[in-house]
This record gives sequence, structure tokens and C-alpha cells, in this order.
Amino acid sequence: MTVITYIQHDGSERMVDADAGLSLMETALKHDIPGIDADCGGGAICGTCHCFVEVSGELPAPDPQETAMLGLRPDRAENSRLACQIVISAGMSDVTVRLPEFQM
Amino acid sequence: MNMPIGASVPNYSGMSLEELDVSDPRMFQYDYWHALFARLREECPVHFQADSPAGSFWSVTRYEDIVAIECDTEAFSSAPAISMLDPEPDMILRMFIAMDPPEHDDQRRAVHHVVAPRNLQEFETLIRERTVEVLEALPENEPFDWVKLVSRDLTTKMLATLFDYPWDERNSLTEWSDMFTSDVRLTGGEGATREVIIEHITACLQRFTELWHERKGDGKETFDLIRMLQADPNTENMVDDPLTYMGNIMLLIVGGNDTTRNSMSGGVVFLNQFPDEMTKVRQNPDLIPSMVSEIIRYQTPLPHMRRTATRDVEFAGKRIAKGEKVVLWYVSGNYDESVIERPNDFWIDRPSVRNHLSFGAGIHRCMGNRLAEMQLRILWEEVLKRFETIELAGEPQRTCNLFIRGFTHLPVRVTRFRS
Repeated sequence: MTVITYIQHDGSERMVDADAGLSLMETALKHDIPGIDADCGGGAICGTCHCFVEVSGELPAPDPQETAMLGLRPDRAENSRLACQIVISAGMSDVTVRLPEFQM
Repeated sequence: MNMPIGASVPNYSGMSLEELDVSDPRMFQYDYWHALFARLREECPVHFQADSPAGSFWSVTRYEDIVAIECDTEAFSSAPAISMLDPEPDMILRMFIAMDPPEHDDQRRAVHHVVAPRNLQEFETLIRERTVEVLEALPENEPFDWVKLVSRDLTTKMLATLFDYPWDERNSLTEWSDMFTSDVRLTGGEGATREVIIEHITACLQRFTELWHERKGDGKETFDLIRMLQADPNTENMVDDPLTYMGNIMLLIVGGNDTTRNSMSGGVVFLNQFPDEMTKVRQNPDLIPSMVSEIIRYQTPLPHMRRTATRDVEFAGKRIAKGEKVVLWYVSGNYDESVIERPNDFWIDRPSVRNHLSFGAGIHRCMGNRLAEMQLRILWEEVLKRFETIELAGEPQRTCNLFIRGFTHLPVRVTRFRS
């Protein structure tokens, strides 16, 4: 079972067991974890599920659309991702998701 | 509003596809656009019109197609303009809404922070105070024009608050905004000529340049959009580049004006048309944020945005030639039954309520969306607290403009709760 730790901007943490097949965004919504707005519902067209992802091992690289949306964030970092674009696969190692100060 | 004598609703179902006129602003003035776009979505979702006051253009009417084009910024450029009209060659304002990556991204990031949620919190108390003042001053039990006394007044005051604009001059902001979007080719004849528009742009730029210089280095610790531009290293010298400064000012003025104003009016109309939804939100005010998103979808205050093909491109079986205008009809996408469940229902707690096209999609998605939502949320929180009834007292009159979907007059009557 993959465990995802969501860390809010104020430092508070929530750990949840992930369901394979759900994205980091869907998992957060399922567990009522704040900090992810997901206006567009998962299409990488709104950018309101921006987060900083820490994981041991490789994640699939962002596609051009995700890269374009990340390019708008003033607080973009090396590990910036859209939570809707990372889907938990079976056997994936644990993930830490740090949430930004705000989504917009 | 009733149509004038001699005018009639076009018989869209009896026309050939070539005869359909998607450049007719009266479809919004008399609210008969549903049948036109329903037919286009069904029979010709990517439609070419050879002739109109704004020239030839393609119309894209399905939700998924609009998103696909917005995301393909390489084939579909936002330059040179994002309405059906091309800019005047001698007055090309530099605004990032009409740019492509990478230039767009740099410019947008530079001003994005002015509407960042962190900064909005600073404005929330002030915006609520102004909203309360406006609502407290409304007459009771007699019809008044909601557009004039609430939507227009409040949006003007909010804009003046955001810019810390001289209070006595605040109506210029709304007049300029109206002027910038009222080109005769968008309004079916009545509107402003290019000379008049350029005159107003010049006056606006002059006033904002004066304000910039007055504020620069005066040591005051107040908070407004001009000072925020001055405080950021990316934009601290923006005034030296007048076309960029004016472009950004215009974007903030227009972006924060018709859009919010018309959603403020639309909400009253929809809650009257769908009284069960009014009951729902009265019983559960926690639904206000969700209702705000539904108001914004249902109103779609900017009915279209436009792109321009950068090369010949095949799209949905059509061949769009380099240089042709591609008009994305958000108002149609927002009522596309293949994506939006029961689109014609105003349904304040619909599933995925934030999933609409009124803010656009992709890298040009509305930068002020959180501000707009906050303004509408505060308005409805304060309205529902105060007024026991908010009823239409006559026929709404709508704006005749292809780029603006809104109201010019909205007769309303309110009664207050007795404590």
C-alpha cells in the first residue's frame, strides 16, 4: 500500500493510504484534504492543484500541457507538479506532497 | 426584454448552415442565442462564417473542442487580439492576454501577485464594508435598477478600492471600461468609433501615469494595485513603457468590471427564475461559494474569446487556414449537454460546479478568478443576511454586445428582514 503524506503550507500533516488508479489530486479530495482546488477536475487546464512532490524513484515526466501550466506559477520549484497528473500505481513507493501557500 | 416592432427572432432551424449569423449581437440582447448554438453544437461544431462586421471567422461551440484549441497555443495564437476584432495598428497595447508563451508567461507572472489570494485577504474587509454600504442604501419596497445601484456602483467602488483611485473620480474607471469594449463592430451599430476609443485610452493612460508618479516614493504604506506594481522588481519601471502599462491597466479594469458586474446582476435573475434554488441557499448559506460558481457559468459574462491560426491546421474535420480567426464560444461550451449535466438548469449545488469555461482554460485562464469569486461571495452573504425578498420588478434589459453578455437595466424590489 502506498502512503501519501500531504503537508499544508502551515506545516500540518495528514497521512493517507492511497488507492491505486487515483491521482494525488483525487486522493486529496477523497480524504477532504484542503489546499487543492482542482477547478477543472483533472484536465491540467486550470493549474489549481499545484504541489511540490517528493518521492523516492522516478515519476513520469510532466507532459507539455502540465509544463505550460506550471510555467505560470510564480512559486514554481524543481519538484512542482499538478497533482491531477500523477496517478498512483500499484507498488508505488510512498509520496510526500507539499502544498503551496495558495492555489490560483 | 421585448423586441422592437419589426424585429424578430431568426428562424435558425429553417436556415442553411451558411446562413447562420454568429456575429449578431442581438442574440444576447434578446437572449435568443440558445437555439443557434444548440444547432451548431449538434450539426456543425466548427463553423465558418464568410462575412461579418468583424470579417470572416470560425466558430467553435463544443466544450471539448474549445479546451483543445485553448491548450494548443502553438497552432492557435492569442495574438494579435482576443476578441473578434483586430487591434488598431497605431494603438497596439501590450497585454499578456493577447500574447503567447514564453513572453506571455513572463508578463503574467509579473502581475499575477496583485490578485493572489494572500493579497486578496487584505482587501476582503474593505470590500465587505463597501458592499454593506451599498446594500444598506437601497430603497425598500419600491422598484429600483439593480444594475445602477448595486452591480455597477459596487464594481466601480471595488475597482476604485483596488487601485486606491481618487474616490470622486471613480466613475471614470467604469466609463473607460465600457468604452474599451463598445466598438461599433461588436455592438451592431451603436457604440464607439475608433477615434473616441483612442481618446479615452489616452485619457486613462494619462491619469494612471500621474497616479504612478504621485505614489512613487511617497513613503506611504498603503496597499493598492499601482503600488504593488511599483514594489515588484519585475514591474517597478512599467510606467516607462506606456503601451505595456496601459495594456495591464486596461486588462485589470476591463477584467474586473463587466465580468463581475454582470454576474452580480445575473444571480438575481437566476434565483428568481429558479425559486427552489433560492430556498436551498436560504436554508443552507454554506452553498454560497458553490452558487457563485454556478452563477458565473450560467451568466458566462464574456461569451467568447478568439484565437488566430498560426498555420494551416486540420481541426475536427475542417481545414482552418493560417491567419483565420477562431472564435471560442464559452457561452456555448458552458451549455454543452455532453459535458454539463442539465445545462439549462440553474443548479447551485451541481456536481463539479467549478468545472466551467467562463474563466477560459489553459495558460490564459482568468487571473482574477479568485477575486471575482470573493466579490460575488461577499455580495450574496450580505444580501441573504439582509433581504427577506429580492424580486424582479420588470423585464431585464440586456447588453447588445458580442463580447459582453450582461444587463443594462434590471428592475428589482427588495424587502428587509424585521428584527
